[in-house]
Amino acid sequence: MWDYTGKVMDHFKSPKNVGVIKEPDGVGEVGSLACGDALRLMFKLDDEGRIENVKFQTFGCASAIASSSALTELVKGKTLDEAEKITNQDIAEYLGGLPEQKMHCSVMGRDALAAAIDNYRKGTPSEPTKVDSDVICNCFGVTEKEIEKAVLENNLNTIEEVTNYTKAGGGCTTCHEDIKAIIDRVNREKALAEKTPKKKKRMTNIQKIQLIQETLEREIRPSLKKDGGDIELVDVDGDQVVVSMRGACAQCRMAEFTLAQVVEAKLREFVSDDLRVVEDES
Amino acid sequence: MNVYLDNNATSMTAPEVVEEMMPFFSQMYGNPSSIHHFGGQVGAHIAKAREKVAALLGARPDEIVFTGGGSESDNTAIRGALEAMKGKKRHIMTTRVEHPAVRGVFHHLEKQGYRLSEIPVDRDGYLNLDYLENNLSPDTAIVSVMWANNETGVIFPIEKIAKMVKAAGAVFHTDAVQATGKLPIDMGRLPVDLLTISGHKLHAPKGVGALYVRKGTKLTPLIIGGHQESGKRAGTENVPSIVGLGKAAELAMRDMEEENKRVRSLRDRLERGLLDNCKGAVVNGKNRLPNTLNISFEYIEGESILLMLDELGIAASSGSACTSGALEPSHVLRAMGVPFTLAHGSIRFSLSRYNNEKEIDHVIDNMPAIVDRLLEISPFAEQNGGSFGGFKSACNV
Repeated sequence: MWDYTGKVMDHFKSPKNVGVIKEPDGVGEVGSLACGDALRLMFKLDDEGRIENVKFQTFGCASAIASSSALTELVKGKTLDEAEKITNQDIAEYLGGLPEQKMHCSVMGRDALAAAIDNYRKGTPSEPTKVDSDVICNCFGVTEKEIEKAVLENNLNTIEEVTNYTKAGGGCTTCHEDIKAIIDRVNREKALAEKTPKKKKRMTNIQKIQLIQETLEREIRPSLKKDGGDIELVDVDGDQVVVSMRGACAQCRMAEFTLAQVVEAKLREFVSDDLRVVEDES
Repeated sequence: MNVYLDNNATSMTAPEVVEEMMPFFSQMYGNPSSIHHFGGQVGAHIAKAREKVAALLGARPDEIVFTGGGSESDNTAIRGALEAMKGKKRHIMTTRVEHPAVRGVFHHLEKQGYRLSEIPVDRDGYLNLDYLENNLSPDTAIVSVMWANNETGVIFPIEKIAKMVKAAGAVFHTDAVQATGKLPIDMGRLPVDLLTISGHKLHAPKGVGALYVRKGTKLTPLIIGGHQESGKRAGTENVPSIVGLGKAAELAMRDMEEENKRVRSLRDRLERGLLDNCKGAVVNGKNRLPNTLNISFEYIEGESILLMLDELGIAASSGSACTSGALEPSHVLRAMGVPFTLAHGSIRFSLSRYNNEKEIDHVIDNMPAIVDRLLEISPFAEQNGGSFGGFKSACNV
């Protein structure tokens, strides 16, 4: 038995906004009868471009029906730009959470919304997802893009999580290596992207020196001290950072290595890509 | 009203069985292997239970090995028989619709290097016996075919199959967990080497089962240790449950014919009632156990049906993907080629002698409204245009 929240059961037993809209502005259809769940979402906009009417039809389990119902309640009264920001996590949270293995129901809701908005903007009927070379999981027809999106938005780290959120990998399992590769790639790119903005900041010389000082204190000195060594900032001349190695580090044969691999790398990561670190010769 | 119609999953322990078991939790606690009277009197009760189970199967008491349940019996039978053959034969065969306790073992053995054949079934759930015949060879070590399917209730022609397998010189095992107590079984007449039964499907408690081992069948025990169960299954006997299984076997034998008539007529009433009153209803499987009805409802999904039934106090199960946590619908329905419009909406009602007409009518009275309600929500229902237009067709499960 699934551990559904009271809110899931409420929306399953008495779903809101079931039905169709005659002449809707946007229609999104995702999922399939073959795969076990499918959702048709339609909306109509008012004069100000807000969603004034929204209806759904769902084939699927209790959490699929509840997620669809929750989605319609979430988008009501929103502009398309606002509605677009709704994530599958928002749907799950609205319902007080979903069992992990049922998270794909919330993803289906988010996908239907995206398809309906896309349909409105392009003015063409929503096309079935093309089953082309992009498909990673053949069993459930899940594309690389869909997996990427789920990994990124939900911070997924394992194949099992990807299966829970997208169904991908839940059939014959031959795509598991491909899914792992996507998870690794997306998370690598994400880690890089998170660091980049810090490097790009323009700084005055004083700000730069402060940031170098802080980075030395926080990221470098503690680990050097653990080995009985220390480091001191002597001068900053443009992009050249002059430091002095102290304690065990002064005699350490690894000092040069530490300087390049640890000190310079950390300062480049947290301050600026152009920094060079040299040891004080005086 | 609480209506339990999930007896193929597990059944209520009969009150007579519970009563019979009680003394073995308190004053009769001796170890049957002990030499003193505490043990001796308990040993006598195990012997009596063994006789009762043997009687139900038309077997000799010394051919009954008590185990920890159906899965253990299946594992012991298949792996034990293969190990005793010391790898001389490398081909094994089972069906596409076995219970996971057998299917999982065969898939495990395939990974270890055995060559596996799986007998297909047709749309009605019948086995392809030509496939069996054509794939039997002198290299075939063991064949395992269930007596009746747990999901659909379809009964397989075990006597015919056993004769074919024995003629080819292979060991034959049947998982009779669902058939026991519902169909007459006479091991004196059947050339079956190994047969599995489970307590809790038979109104005995969970955690106890038995394996019939025909005299002369070579079997390496799965659980090695003490000399209990004639050296075929080590471990101090689960005395209360074994006594309970004995009592349950006695009750099953006594009531089989009469109960089956009544249970069958209740099942037929349910079947008729649902077919006549619910939209898009189709029965899965022919020639079934008298207690089982597997019925699919078009364009709606099983978990939703089950939860709505549960709201009304009705317990059943489904072959739908969503109920198990798996993403694929039942392997049994897929093997039968049940179209995907029906596979996700399958419901299994499995009755027992504790059900009555009032309960069945409660289901018949409420099911049509549940189906209508879910059809109203479904984008595929004919009343909603039945359009498949924008949905992806991909799904190869």
